[in-house]
Amino acid sequence: MKLTVRQTFATRNGCIKGLLWLVSIGITTACNCLQVSAQSLAHKKDSIQTDSARINHLKQVDIRAAKTDIRNTSPTPVQVLKGEQLQRLNSFSVADALRFFTGVQLKDYGGVGGLKTINVRSLGTNHVAVFYDGVQLGNAQNGQVDLGRFSLDNIDEVDLYNGQKSDIFQAARSFSAANSIYLQSAKPKFAAGEHTHIRFSYKTGSMGLANPSLLWQQKLSNKITSAISAEWVRSDGRYKFRYTNSVYDTTAVRNNGDIDAYRIEAGLKGNTADSAAWDIKGYSYVSERGLPGAIVSNKFNYSQRQWDRDQFIQANYESNIRNRYSFKAIAKYSSNYERYLDPEFVTTTGFQDNRFYQHELYTSIANRYRILPVWETALSADFQMNNLDANLYHFPYPTRYTKLVSLASQLKLRQFNIQASLLATYIDDKVKVFTGAGRKTAYTPTVTAAWRVLNNNDLMFRAFYKNIFRLPTFNDLYYTVIGTTSLRPEYTKQYDAGFTYNHQFKNRSLASFSVQADVYYNQVKDKIVAIPGANLYRWIMYNVGDVHVKGAEINIQSGWNISGELILTAGLNYTYQQAFYKDGGVTFHYNIPYIPYNSGSVTLGADYRKFQFNYSYIYTGLRYNELSNDLNHSNNEVEPWYTHDLSASYLTKIYKRNTKFTIEVNNLLNQDREVISNFPMPRRFYRFKLSYTI
Amino acid sequence: MVLLAASCRKAPQVIPEQVERFADPDPSSQVKGIYLLNEGNMNMNKASLDFVNFRTGIYQRNIYNQANPSVTKGLGDVGNDIGIYGSKMYVVVNISNKVEVLDVKTVKKIAQIDITNCRYVTFHKGKAYVSAYLGKVGDPKAPNGIVAEIDTASLQINRKVTVGRQPEEMAIVGEKLYIANSGGYSPPDYERTVSVIDLASFTEIKRIDVAINLDRLKADKYGDLYVTSRGDYYTIPSKLFVIDTQTDAVKKTFDIAASNLWIDDDTAYIYSTEWSYPQQKNVITYAMLNVKDETVLNSRFITDGTDKSIVVPYGIAVNPFTKDVFVTDAGNYVAAGKIYCFDKTGKMKWQKEGGDIPAHMAFVY
Repeated sequence: MKLTVRQTFATRNGCIKGLLWLVSIGITTACNCLQVSAQSLAHKKDSIQTDSARINHLKQVDIRAAKTDIRNTSPTPVQVLKGEQLQRLNSFSVADALRFFTGVQLKDYGGVGGLKTINVRSLGTNHVAVFYDGVQLGNAQNGQVDLGRFSLDNIDEVDLYNGQKSDIFQAARSFSAANSIYLQSAKPKFAAGEHTHIRFSYKTGSMGLANPSLLWQQKLSNKITSAISAEWVRSDGRYKFRYTNSVYDTTAVRNNGDIDAYRIEAGLKGNTADSAAWDIKGYSYVSERGLPGAIVSNKFNYSQRQWDRDQFIQANYESNIRNRYSFKAIAKYSSNYERYLDPEFVTTTGFQDNRFYQHELYTSIANRYRILPVWETALSADFQMNNLDANLYHFPYPTRYTKLVSLASQLKLRQFNIQASLLATYIDDKVKVFTGAGRKTAYTPTVTAAWRVLNNNDLMFRAFYKNIFRLPTFNDLYYTVIGTTSLRPEYTKQYDAGFTYNHQFKNRSLASFSVQADVYYNQVKDKIVAIPGANLYRWIMYNVGDVHVKGAEINIQSGWNISGELILTAGLNYTYQQAFYKDGGVTFHYNIPYIPYNSGSVTLGADYRKFQFNYSYIYTGLRYNELSNDLNHSNNEVEPWYTHDLSASYLTKIYKRNTKFTIEVNNLLNQDREVISNFPMPRRFYRFKLSYTI
Repeated sequence: MVLLAASCRKAPQVIPEQVERFADPDPSSQVKGIYLLNEGNMNMNKASLDFVNFRTGIYQRNIYNQANPSVTKGLGDVGNDIGIYGSKMYVVVNISNKVEVLDVKTVKKIAQIDITNCRYVTFHKGKAYVSAYLGKVGDPKAPNGIVAEIDTASLQINRKVTVGRQPEEMAIVGEKLYIANSGGYSPPDYERTVSVIDLASFTEIKRIDVAINLDRLKADKYGDLYVTSRGDYYTIPSKLFVIDTQTDAVKKTFDIAASNLWIDDDTAYIYSTEWSYPQQKNVITYAMLNVKDETVLNSRFITDGTDKSIVVPYGIAVNPFTKDVFVTDAGNYVAAGKIYCFDKTGKMKWQKEGGDIPAHMAFVY
């Protein structure tokens, strides 16, 4: 008789020791020597190319060292990837890049077109807000932003804030999520005498990838610049995958994973005579894709299709921030169209063919007043309207009116920084027919504190508390026969404490070194989940159970100047999480689905003359695909996965213009893996990139 | 580092069965045991089979993989029905589009019959009948379902007959097969009929108008059919109807909600999980009927208060000899469910954890 015995944690996960070892190596290595923050390193590539490499190079290091890093000042944990450092990671989309942050679990259904969302610190995908050039990307229908749709081609910087962005001078929306990702598109920067930048890139590789893109920045006047970015992505999504239990051994090719997508965006940016800044931007994304389904016994092929059309126009205005009183204004209109076609679902009117139309109107005014040089306060008010139309039976056609008011204050002493903010949320859901969710009001506070130990800003201790919620989405509330209008918001509480150490060294081989470490405790109350009802076609949304999350994470970055010709970077991330689910007095002492106990990454970079090399290792440890107990956890285990990715670039000039060739090998060891059970990921695959800058 | 990392993954292995004692052995039990089919959530590929052996008092959990290690990805996605006929067991796996034919004793796979979107199975005179949501795949003008007739010797599909849209459970009375049509893919345009198939010609000879969105259909020994309607989940409630197969017409309506029922001898055991739109929650009820005189009984098959711990009743079966009642609980669906056994007075005898969404049961004699 095989009776399952609950294993101790240590035996359950033999990998922990290994990871701890990795961490300690990382710390030792970093402490033994080294230098320039990863970002500054990355930026040095330009100087290497010039004849006076050494001189420029030294200059740059000094300049960058003097500039304050956001990580040195933010009282909430922030992780930053930008510029060359971002571009050199083996990443295609923003989603891929986010894998290099601590506390992040990427949900990836595979391929170029597969849905990619992230879960930060086990709070759930709906608790992540994504801001694009300062304005939130909304999706009132399902509350999730597919980060796979944002290619890195036009992105300069990706920031992840736990809690909220550290600046109190923000739109009220910025206070309204448990975690926030800020995506910054390429900002035009012109040297004296320059008027035009044009960059053409082409990527190709496995899975029939073709991805030409164009970035054109133009200086229209001393005050105004324009930028146009366009790209086309095509992939047949075909890749081999393999399943085996040691007796059967089946290899097949993923089907229906093709994608064909266009993105075009155009913007103007300017400054006024009184140093106010404004920008306006239009964005359009049009795609058609297949939806590759779960690989289950006897069913490997699918035929569902999806079409999307996401468009928005947004404008920002910010008065001179040096003034005692300054204000910001934002306006945005967006429209999203989605069509879903299921040929395996035949109704009396043909194939299931659902169409969803969303509109969003958003405005915000933020005001900041500096009461004393060390004390400022901000008041922001946002108004947002979202509606959803769908050709669904019994659909109520909801419109949601959201009013947000935030009041925040910050005391910024030499060594102390204390912020407190209170967000008031007023929601009113109106429906054309049937029952709406009605009005809701909530007041949620955040408090952050930071203490700089040393006068030179290097070491800072931080702590924050944030209470926030996510509203039930339109799908949660109104989707035909599954929506439940009585759903309560899903509340989260976050407690975090940590420290940041970031130092730039002069005249040493270790040029920069940073460590950021946090421990946290999160609570999710009244989690909103879909549960099948009396049959599979009758799912219902419920508020059930609470999740308790304990976590610790560390992020170490170092930059080394070995010689004028050789620069190295090394980074290490490690996250430990325990996320237990409690419902009706029963606690599941195994992590909630898809949260690994251990996860991390290692990145190594080297710049040598005209070459750049990059190596990255990503590890996601044991996790479960369902709530598990002592009896069944072994059936619910999802194998750890880890990939080794390599890239090499060569920088040269063709017709005196900067040209870069890159070759990437991903999943070098050909590991068969799943991020989500039954959605296999590609085996080894390649990408080639060429970029030419005029 | 590569080595370090490589040590973290286990070598692929066949998922072993789990064995547990649930009661004292009862070698004299007339029923050898129960096969319990756990549906598993959609996309999870976690349909699983358990065997509850009354004679040895042993509960064997998740037995399919060990018995059939060479079947790629195992039993499959969403087990929807199980039936035993002779020495063979038929497991209908909905999303995996297959009927697995297994040896009742060894659980070893004998054959696989591919039927797209298959739902239920029933047997008659050496034939197995399987209902399926779609007759033709990829044809937007073919929304109707079918019943496939399988020869239990050759294990090949003999004949097919087109019935209503999204047909569900079947029963055979005399030489006629009755099947409940739901039309669940096209709300609010539900089907409202039971199709009657003449088994000799294997043609649909008529449709009996009952109510919208029919689901379960069981025959009693008096030639009556008990058919459940799921209603529209909003204003039209679930109900139970009785069809007289002599007249092929509805002869009685019970205004009680019914998700599922099991008829044993003169008694129908019923439970219902019904979504209450005004209350915005599930309402669970249990009921018993006398099928001989078609009356609601005052008695209950759970009397000791255990019904309060059952989160979502999802399957029911009654031991024809001891009258023990087996009720499965899907729990919160995303964790393993449970099977409860109650004696004929409604007191719980034992309960065990099953697989995910334990649902369908078949007795082995």
